[in-house]
Amino acid sequence: MQVERTTDVAALTRRQRAGLWLIAPAAAWLLIFFVIPFYSLLATSLFDQNGSVLTGYKVTWQFANFGHAISGYWPEIVRSFAYAGIATVLCLILGYTLAYAIAFKAGRWKTLLLVMVIAPFFTSFLIRTLAWKLILGDDGWLVNTLKAIHLMPEGSRILATPVAVIAGLTYNFLPFMILPLYTSLEKMDPKLLEAASDLYAKPAQAFFKVTWPLSIPGVVGGILLTFIPATGDYINASLLGSPNERMVGNVIQSLFTTTGDYAQAGALSVVLLVIIVVLVMLYVRRSGSEDLL
Amino acid sequence: MSQEASLTTPSQDAVEVNRDLHLSGLSKRYPNGFQAVKSLDLVVPSGSFFALLGPSGCGKTTTLRMVAGLEVPTEGSITIGDVDITHEKPYRRPVNTVFQNYALFPHLTITENVEFGLKRKGVKDTTAQVKEMLELTELQGQAAKKPAQLSGGQQQRVALARALINRPELLLLDEPLGALDLKLRRTMQIELKRIQSEVGITFVHVTHDQEEAMTMADTVAVMNQGSIEQMGSPYQLYTNPMTTFVANFLGRSNLIKGKVVGREGSGADEIVKVDMYGTTVSIKASRVHTTSKDGWIGIRPEKVIIQPQGTPIDAPGNHLSGAVVVGASYIGVSTEYTLEMPWGQELVCFEQNTGRRGGLVKVGTKVDVSWRPEFAFLLDSAQDADAGREDD
Repeated sequence: MQVERTTDVAALTRRQRAGLWLIAPAAAWLLIFFVIPFYSLLATSLFDQNGSVLTGYKVTWQFANFGHAISGYWPEIVRSFAYAGIATVLCLILGYTLAYAIAFKAGRWKTLLLVMVIAPFFTSFLIRTLAWKLILGDDGWLVNTLKAIHLMPEGSRILATPVAVIAGLTYNFLPFMILPLYTSLEKMDPKLLEAASDLYAKPAQAFFKVTWPLSIPGVVGGILLTFIPATGDYINASLLGSPNERMVGNVIQSLFTTTGDYAQAGALSVVLLVIIVVLVMLYVRRSGSEDLL
Repeated sequence: MSQEASLTTPSQDAVEVNRDLHLSGLSKRYPNGFQAVKSLDLVVPSGSFFALLGPSGCGKTTTLRMVAGLEVPTEGSITIGDVDITHEKPYRRPVNTVFQNYALFPHLTITENVEFGLKRKGVKDTTAQVKEMLELTELQGQAAKKPAQLSGGQQQRVALARALINRPELLLLDEPLGALDLKLRRTMQIELKRIQSEVGITFVHVTHDQEEAMTMADTVAVMNQGSIEQMGSPYQLYTNPMTTFVANFLGRSNLIKGKVVGREGSGADEIVKVDMYGTTVSIKASRVHTTSKDGWIGIRPEKVIIQPQGTPIDAPGNHLSGAVVVGASYIGVSTEYTLEMPWGQELVCFEQNTGRRGGLVKVGTKVDVSWRPEFAFLLDSAQDADAGREDD
């Protein structure tokens, strides 16, 4: 807590004490829900490699766990970032278009459209992904139609391909892109576009010189909210993909729940976390939105 | 009176290249049926400072936005010189706007804001022009700041610099001083006037502040309910208003019921005799703006002279006796007296505190009332005597 210079020492300590009390709930929250779990994860990642659920685990400072996690699951790590990256770009294109339309063109339909963006949250993430499994299924109406009009060759499929997984990721994380974009576009004074037009900017120039720069906070927020959870996601790959589309999330899940290799699962989680934090910091630094960190 | 001449023959000194703004039959009807602008015809001479004055909702901003290209007219045409710009895109018009709340780009510095238009036109090196503009608007020290770091008055000047740097044929100002406090507004009025005469660009200024319009503009058009009530120099509008709306909206007026009883003389000297509750007053024919028998006799409060009963009154023409002072508010430079006339109506009289009287006229004093006949005007009795009053 920042305390201004003051001569009254008693008042200063009183203020400090009040400050501590005010911080306490947040500090407790962070301790219980961040510091302790994070410590536990770090400890797990340094477990003895030969431990098992039956024989028990010990923290033996096995830094080699990280090396094994990276070398053993490198393809899954790369795939996770690639899928999440493509899905984020797709979300940005689709989400920006929709957020722009809702903010500037929707008129009295604005609220309805916003409700429609949020409406999918009323159903479980899992159910919605399962629904996509039906839609993209080999005998589903979509595949049959595409085959009937010869847009898809016979014998090909969508389900259990990267397309299905990326489509699922894009669908599931789209609202997290739209909402921050909408918020930053909505704040923009439409008069600024009139001013740009008055100052000889053609519509495209007005967009790139005024609308886009002013929506950067929303773009950065949306990308973070989409990219980070999409990288660690395992539901889409496991329901819509095949073993060939396994992502880091799937590996961690099976290491924890099937193999019982807690050390390896923990190490992989920490590796994923470190890569994401580094990428995000580089990105935010570059986009000039440090205040988000 | 050069403005009078230029109004009727707008292009006397610009015969070679006529760049006047012409609005003809310009109308705007909104989809909900509201007619914001009703068949407007007007000419703004090139290089003049023109003000569109009217209460909120009178259509002045809509008119401005149609000239800027931000609103599409329902009917009519807009031309600058012989170039029809009625349906031209805003970014292709030789017109720039100073927006009501400035609409400065918050993510750009002052320099980037000011050079925005030039950059879009493809000018590579804007340094010299930006420097010149920032000097003109006294913003030299602010070049690297963002708009949010500036005061209201400075932001206003950035908006002006951002528009002027493009050397438009026409600069539109939409209530440019509306967001400033009174003192700053007065300073900026003088500043704007100085800049306009320095750059020589046509300014079209929209405002609801009559004092602002009169201080700055060469020509004022008073708008009401989508039409122009009267257009002319501030002097013409104030001294010889043609409608009750103009008489009340521009300054204040005493309007008294009268009946035309006869005419005398001819030509420029023609006088109309009007009966006012038993007293016959004379009004110059050029100041009579009604064809009917009945009319409103108008007289500005500062033209009304009072003198306590029994002392000589220094004015030619009629003396109305039997008025009583029922109110006196002392405002320092002047005193505003409320007079109750014998027929029950209250008139207002502004008197300069020259000290000649040696004190104020006390409330309750019986006074004689008079005014010089050449200051009175006669308006159509069909018009609402309260139209354009501040308190309606």
